[in-house]
Amino acid sequence: MEISNKEFKHCDMLMLKGRIDSATAPQFSQALDAITESGRFKIVVDMGQLEYMSSAGFRALLATQRACKRYNRGEVVLASVPARIQEALELAGFTELFKTFDEPLAAVGNF
Amino acid sequence: MRKVKYPAQFQYLDEIREFVAEVARKGGFSEKEVYSIQLAADEAASNIIEHAYAGVKNGSLEVSCGMQGDVITIILRDQGRPFNPDSVQPPNLKADLSDRQIGGLGIYLMRKLMDDVRYETSSRGNSLILIKRRN
Repeated sequence: MEISNKEFKHCDMLMLKGRIDSATAPQFSQALDAITESGRFKIVVDMGQLEYMSSAGFRALLATQRACKRYNRGEVVLASVPARIQEALELAGFTELFKTFDEPLAAVGNF
Repeated sequence: MRKVKYPAQFQYLDEIREFVAEVARKGGFSEKEVYSIQLAADEAASNIIEHAYAGVKNGSLEVSCGMQGDVITIILRDQGRPFNPDSVQPPNLKADLSDRQIGGLGIYLMRKLMDDVRYETSSRGNSLILIKRRN
């Protein structure tokens, strides 16, 4: 799994590549924590190149969404979610908790 | 049924997913179903590594997988602490963000993705059996 981070004026974008499971989710959590610990709470997660995500990844997203929405200081939004991952997110009831965008730049523009 | 023994470590989840996907593809499951089967097997194995083998370093996880007609069966066997997935409450998917449970989600997904999930425990160890019929 590879994660890269791009800092925009109004938000941060994490680009995920590969697979997130219980082995790689800690790396994803760390990348999310690094953003919130620097006092930034508007985050776009670009899943365009992500092949797979288990509930370990969903948990990392949920924990960060909680931290970001506290005091209305921001939120996590998802972009370019592959169909299979979208279906699993729906099954987990997560689609109501995260705004999703077809394009990463539309997600950036949301902030 | 093909049988492979893995160290009970998260690094081997990739290989477990590949193993079940290969059997499922050969068995004629669609790519959408193959993804579901991989996700269910991953959640099952993750749960065993996390709970049955909590604090155990040298545990092993034996995965058997095979087709019978249009049905795939995956059996995960471990020698860890018995951990019955039935004892885990399903998460409340309607709860607000602040009340949403972090735990229990993997087991919930596993059940939703497969047609049947059974758990057996004996002096020889624990077995988690996942079953899905091809569409």
